Amino acid sequence: MALVALHNLSKSFQRDSQRITVFDGLDLEFAEGSFTALMGPSGSGKSTLLNLVAGLDRPTSGTVTVAGAEVSAMGPGSLAQWRSRHVGFVFQSYNLLPVLTAYQNIELPLLLTRLSKAERHDHVMAALGVVGLTDRAEHFPRQLSGGQEQRAAIARAVVSDPTIILLDEPTGQLDAKSAAEILALLQRLNGEFHKTIIMVTHDPHAAQAAGTVLHLDKGVLTA
Amino acid sequence: MKIPLVYNVRSLLRRPVSSAMTALGVALVVGVFIAMLALANGFKMALVRTGSPDNVLVLRKGADSELSSGIGRANAAIIAALPEIAAGSNGQPLASPEVFVPMSLDAATGGGDRLVVTRGVSAQAFEVRQNVRLIAGRRFAPGRDEVIIGSAIAPRLAHSAVGDTIHFGGRGWLVAGHFSSGGSAFESEIWGENEQLMPVLRGEFYQVIALRLRSAALFDEVKRTLEDDRRLQVDAHRESDFYAAQSTVLRVILNFLAVFITGIMAIGAVFGAVNTMYAAVASRTGEIAVLLTLGFRPRSVLASFLAEAAFLALVGGLLGCLVALPINGVVTSTTNWSSFSMIAFQFLVTPRILLEGVLFSLVMGVLGGFFPARRASHLPVIQAIR
Amino acid sequence: MKFLPLVWANLTRHKRRTVLTTLSVALALFLFASLRSVVTTLRAGADVGSESRMIVQSAKAIVFFLPRSYKERLAAVPGVAAVTWADWFGGVYQDPKNFFASFAADAESYLELYKTDLELPADQKATFLRERTACVVGKRLMDKFGWRLGQDITLKGTIFQGDWTFTIRGVYRAVDPSFSEDALVFHYEVIYERYPQWVNPGWYVLRLKEPSLAPRVAAAVDSMFKNSADPTKTGTERAFNANFMTMWGNVSFLMNSIGMAVVFAILLVAANSMMLSARERTNEVGVLKTVGFTDRLLFGLVMVEASTIALGGAVLGLGAAKALYRPTGFSAMGFLPGFDVTNGTLAMGLGLAVLLALASGLVPAAGAARLSAVQALRHVE
Repeated sequence: MALVALHNLSKSFQRDSQRITVFDGLDLEFAEGSFTALMGPSGSGKSTLLNLVAGLDRPTSGTVTVAGAEVSAMGPGSLAQWRSRHVGFVFQSYNLLPVLTAYQNIELPLLLTRLSKAERHDHVMAALGVVGLTDRAEHFPRQLSGGQEQRAAIARAVVSDPTIILLDEPTGQLDAKSAAEILALLQRLNGEFHKTIIMVTHDPHAAQAAGTVLHLDKGVLTA
Repeated sequence: MKIPLVYNVRSLLRRPVSSAMTALGVALVVGVFIAMLALANGFKMALVRTGSPDNVLVLRKGADSELSSGIGRANAAIIAALPEIAAGSNGQPLASPEVFVPMSLDAATGGGDRLVVTRGVSAQAFEVRQNVRLIAGRRFAPGRDEVIIGSAIAPRLAHSAVGDTIHFGGRGWLVAGHFSSGGSAFESEIWGENEQLMPVLRGEFYQVIALRLRSAALFDEVKRTLEDDRRLQVDAHRESDFYAAQSTVLRVILNFLAVFITGIMAIGAVFGAVNTMYAAVASRTGEIAVLLTLGFRPRSVLASFLAEAAFLALVGGLLGCLVALPINGVVTSTTNWSSFSMIAFQFLVTPRILLEGVLFSLVMGVLGGFFPARRASHLPVIQAIR
Repeated sequence: MKFLPLVWANLTRHKRRTVLTTLSVALALFLFASLRSVVTTLRAGADVGSESRMIVQSAKAIVFFLPRSYKERLAAVPGVAAVTWADWFGGVYQDPKNFFASFAADAESYLELYKTDLELPADQKATFLRERTACVVGKRLMDKFGWRLGQDITLKGTIFQGDWTFTIRGVYRAVDPSFSEDALVFHYEVIYERYPQWVNPGWYVLRLKEPSLAPRVAAAVDSMFKNSADPTKTGTERAFNANFMTMWGNVSFLMNSIGMAVVFAILLVAANSMMLSARERTNEVGVLKTVGFTDRLLFGLVMVEASTIALGGAVLGLGAAKALYRPTGFSAMGFLPGFDVTNGTLAMGLGLAVLLALASGLVPAAGAARLSAVQALRHVE
């Protein structure tokens, strides 16, 4: 059963006087519990696709449905709320708030729920445990290595137990060893915890960690 | 090697809102600074212009203002006979015995009354006191209940137009004319004939004898002669010094206010500049690194950012000058506590005050920019390039 | 609230900036409170004055005397309970800069009439009344010069020529802070001995049987002397003081104008600071929005940040003004007795702080709210 469904999706935008079309009538589905890698050259629209699935961006036409909810039709306020419950997003540049500790960064999504302080604590500690950063909870991002920062970012993405986890070039800024650790973590999330993962990457080595690999070129799925 | 100022100016323009706000802050401080200095200056000038170094004011011994002085007719005649006194155009000595009393008069607007100095003068007064000119109507006629009103005070009193009858001291007086006197305190006075005013005011006493000496150098001699004479019991003051001293209380207050107010505002503006400059430095670490790598010395970087802050403050300072300029000539009034009466004077902006305002803005800019500039010059290049 | 750690973290991100901005707000509000207090103190000074006292002065001008013979006639006016008089002495103590008020008074009736406003120990009062060359001084004056009871002080006369020595036999405290404690009062008889022809009341003070009788008494007194050589002008003490205060000129306009300039200048500093912070955090706004923070929430967080700075500065600045003036007895050389920051001024200051928070936070807050996450993430500073 498709957890994420893109139907007849078109997206284009204006840059100065030019109209740039990213997708035109794209159909795509992601099954529940799948781990998909989206590959393609830069400009192929893979990041845009991720943003559309996350509800960060609106399609020009067509629909995006996640777990039965038509994301493409929601208003911005509802989208924010929906995102907090259903989406865990991981960026290439980690994007941890430098003024907060790892613990506080990971806690962020939970602040949007009605959980008590004690309950939040449990969730955060659990997430820290899954990514293996329990001993670094009180450290600031500048005190962490790149790999550790990304792990914290992943912890933040999973702490509220979202429906889907989206990653945009998660290993792009990491060395081989840290990258391998991250990919192993993702596999564990998918295998052990049955998380549905969509990962955009241009690194074929990273793509190998996924169950399915899709290729996108100029907004069209190729082999 | 010097970093061209164009770099700084363009950088400021890249953050237009932030730069504008900082400059505006400085402008406001400088504007208030200039306004307060202009106020103090205007007041000082009104009193300074009032006195001449050639003139001597003779008051009763111990009196610190014309208000509390009293000299009898006989003594007045003795004093007017001094050989050092210059002769007037009519051959008579330039000695003017005068009656001086603040009178309660109706204010032009807002109800209530005001104390205005009424001075009973002799015909000689117009020569002894320089710059006295009729600007409307005519002089008061001798032997009549007539007065002339100073140009600064006329708009502030009721029934003060030429031809009106103004009331004080239990009588009505015809306003024969208005006079000006070069912006001095006399423009805040009402003048009439001393013989007419004497009975109304204080009785058979003059408050002051104003003398014009043949030369200002004769002052010490005259002072000694007058003060040593036991019959007379008087003090002699150089007119210019006398009026300057009168303004002390108010000048002290105004100067204190100017320093206090603009000092505090300046600190706030400097803080604003500090914030802006630190943020600017932080966002330009890449550029700074490039400059250092190219070979510009850290000292030049420091100078460059300091110049940027100074330039920004300077713009603000000039703007502040422009904003404050219209206040020049605005008339305001307060009470001269030495004579207890109202004195009207103008805000006076001088080139010197404007210069002081601009310098002040530069100081603020340098103070605000110093530490951020130092931070920029101490930037570890390697870190910045990463 | 659970979001406070986030707000706090943002505030302390650039400690120096936050501190400087908060201090600027504090300075500005301190200045505002000080300036405004000049206006309120002047107004309060105008309000001082018992409702049941009236001042009778010469209609010609305050500087003219009234005859002593008026005393009995005034006492006989219906509605008048007591009469006293005083004259301005204008003595100088050592240096003309040491300005303070000195009066020659009809001592016994003067102290009696002002007994509800002056606290003078009975024994000091008795000694003073017994001794011709004694004087009574206000507590603040006493402290200012470090005088002691029983000390002889010499004043140089300006209106009444010569040197005049008095023995301090009493120190009075003002019941109401707006009543001047910077004055010196002595027996008029001292002047009489040297200049008998010059001893005349500068003004009379009347105590009314009832405050409501004021207009009637004023009319009666002034018409009684209207056609004499020394016509009078009678008014309540309050009106007299009020007129006195207007002698300063358009002070309130000046103070208010400067106050506005000050507040505006600081607004620029605060707004600039908020803007700088906002610009640096565009990326983070994107991240938070991705996580699911709503536009409204982000708007609120920025406003809370701006409010913290504004209100923190307000508490500091207003608090400092309140704590500085009254306890130290500041009175601007006696011109502004009872100088204090009123609750009204404090309220105004707080109101300004709120306005400041709104004005400085609104644009960055709205910007954060409106920013799309995608654009924010793409933003490179």
